Amino acid sequence: MAKQSYAAALVDALYDSLAADDRISLIGSYVLGLGPQRHLMDRLRKDFRDRIDDPPTSEAGAAAAGVGAAMAGMRPFVDLGTGSFSYLAWSQVTNEAAISYYMSGGRIPVPVTFHLLHGVRGGGAAQHSHSPQSMMSNAPGLEIVVPSTAADVYGLVRTAFMSNNPTMIASHAKLLGIETDMPADRKPIAFGHADIKRKGRDVTVVANSLMVHYSLAAAEKLAADGIDVEVVDLRTLAPLDENTILESVSRTGRLVVVDECPLRCGIASEVSASVVEQAFDKLKAPIRRVTRAQVPVPYSAPLEAEITPDPLKIEAAVRQVVEYGRRPR
Amino acid sequence: MTPSLPNDVAWTILERMLLIRRFEEAVLKLAYEKRFVGHYHLYIGQEATGAAAMSALDNRDYLATTHRNHGHVIARGADPGKSMAEILGRATGLNGGRGGTIHLSEPDLGFLSTSGIVGGCISLGTGAGYACRRRKNGAVSAVFFGDGALEEGVSFEALNIASLWKLPVVFLCENNSSGSWAPGEGYPTLVHAAGSDLCGIARSVNIPTVRLDGADAAAAFAAISDAVARCRAGNGPVFIEAVTKRWPGNNPLWPEPVTGRTDLGMAMGESKPHGEHADWLEHHDPILRLVRSMASDAAAIKRIKSLDEDICKRIDAAVSFALSSPSPSPATAYDHVFA
Repeated sequence: MAKQSYAAALVDALYDSLAADDRISLIGSYVLGLGPQRHLMDRLRKDFRDRIDDPPTSEAGAAAAGVGAAMAGMRPFVDLGTGSFSYLAWSQVTNEAAISYYMSGGRIPVPVTFHLLHGVRGGGAAQHSHSPQSMMSNAPGLEIVVPSTAADVYGLVRTAFMSNNPTMIASHAKLLGIETDMPADRKPIAFGHADIKRKGRDVTVVANSLMVHYSLAAAEKLAADGIDVEVVDLRTLAPLDENTILESVSRTGRLVVVDECPLRCGIASEVSASVVEQAFDKLKAPIRRVTRAQVPVPYSAPLEAEITPDPLKIEAAVRQVVEYGRRPR
Repeated sequence: MTPSLPNDVAWTILERMLLIRRFEEAVLKLAYEKRFVGHYHLYIGQEATGAAAMSALDNRDYLATTHRNHGHVIARGADPGKSMAEILGRATGLNGGRGGTIHLSEPDLGFLSTSGIVGGCISLGTGAGYACRRRKNGAVSAVFFGDGALEEGVSFEALNIASLWKLPVVFLCENNSSGSWAPGEGYPTLVHAAGSDLCGIARSVNIPTVRLDGADAAAAFAAISDAVARCRAGNGPVFIEAVTKRWPGNNPLWPEPVTGRTDLGMAMGESKPHGEHADWLEHHDPILRLVRSMASDAAAIKRIKSLDEDICKRIDAAVSFALSSPSPSPATAYDHVFA
């Protein structure tokens, strides 16, 4: 199967969406940041020149331009840049876009698509490393998409543009250059369907975004020791596919949840609570959460590594869960 | 002296202004009867601007309004019964009782979601202007906001974007802080602008500006019509500051019926403004002012009275409709989270 980078697939999804629907336009075109992939966007700037406007450094104003245009029937895409900047547009995302359909009594849908680059990216320090998606999960009405592969980002972005709801796409900055399989017949992927990225019998690892790759790496290593890990990729946080999680945990009886948002009130906490509430009797061991520590992200590399999830930490958590209750040898 | 209104426009604007006034007098009464809970904001004293704007805009245009939205929504033609039902939180309300007084919206008439966040409407209305520019159909976006909105950072961002992208947006700043309460009376001051010229904020990003007397319907209609024409021609946004002397009933934290039910006779030589607020009624009430200019003979006076009677009947019917409407079923609290 052909391979494609996450960044190239994202650009293809933007291109194909623009070509498919004249209501779509881009407010901000530095979707891939200013790294080596930025040139992939040149094709869009050339072919859709009159449908791309790069805004001033005004996250709130740019987000609101998209939200207001969506209320007026367009389907704009707003690039919020690095996830940390999304806080400047917080009111527009959480207090305008997310609530309008409800507050208008189901009369004003807001089909806007936001994009941000989230995550600990290496040397980003505290203000360029955020993963705001767990906070956004407290904004009912907002769809939150966290793809991990080229095929997924293509399919989910296509769906985001077709959705009548405001959608936040969070791409981990470290995903952009990662190449994965891309089927020839790529197509939109419905929201709310987690994807089992690796089948396994012993432990369920629920992950999203970059953490899916870390979890798969840990799973390969654990397989050598006879521990068979199932990796569930949430793909969308809102809507959250509880069924796939519960079904997997019902088979394995063990759960590790991996997420790069900070620990408290995070995605991992939410998944854990749902499983305890709905499948307590299926659990053979306590759940483990592997998340970013509850501290601001430090700049220095060893400090950054200390507080960030990685394959080794996931592996250790899986071993703990598997060994729970076993007699010491 | 501003040009006088064309006759048919004057009658339409007067009808809209009276509709707003009688509607809000009814809101005030219902609030005193505790028929709804929560804070609310009245447009009394500012009707000339909103009513004139509705005569200057047409059906294809978009509108963004604020916590002080009743007047705009009613003047644009929203059903008074459904609007009142929304204020009372009833199932038959414009928004099914989910928005309430601060968030009335009628998307069928071009309204965006009504943001109660100060400055929110400026930024959303700019987005509607972006949509209009993309559609290239000559539609414009009209944004209503108070002077306080210009204290918010996002307002500057929106003005800058609208100017940079030449968006067809009429920014209508309804400055109602003239005569508002002063600090030291137990309330915070409402005016926090370090500058004395709100138009200067728009001019700093090269948006042309107009300041006018917001109680003068003719001046408002002329300026807004010019602004709309400029926007339709693709020449970018316009900023209008309509200054009104604050209705004294808006000075307390909760509106109070300090001037009573508006007596149009005061503008037709039948009675005289009196009491503590006689000066406001004599010089600053936009409705009395317009009626005074239109009540030129017995036929006109008769027509004004008949119009008012008709409007009062419509508002009575709206109140009855709202009061007899059911509350939403609790089970529907989960509807409409996602489209």
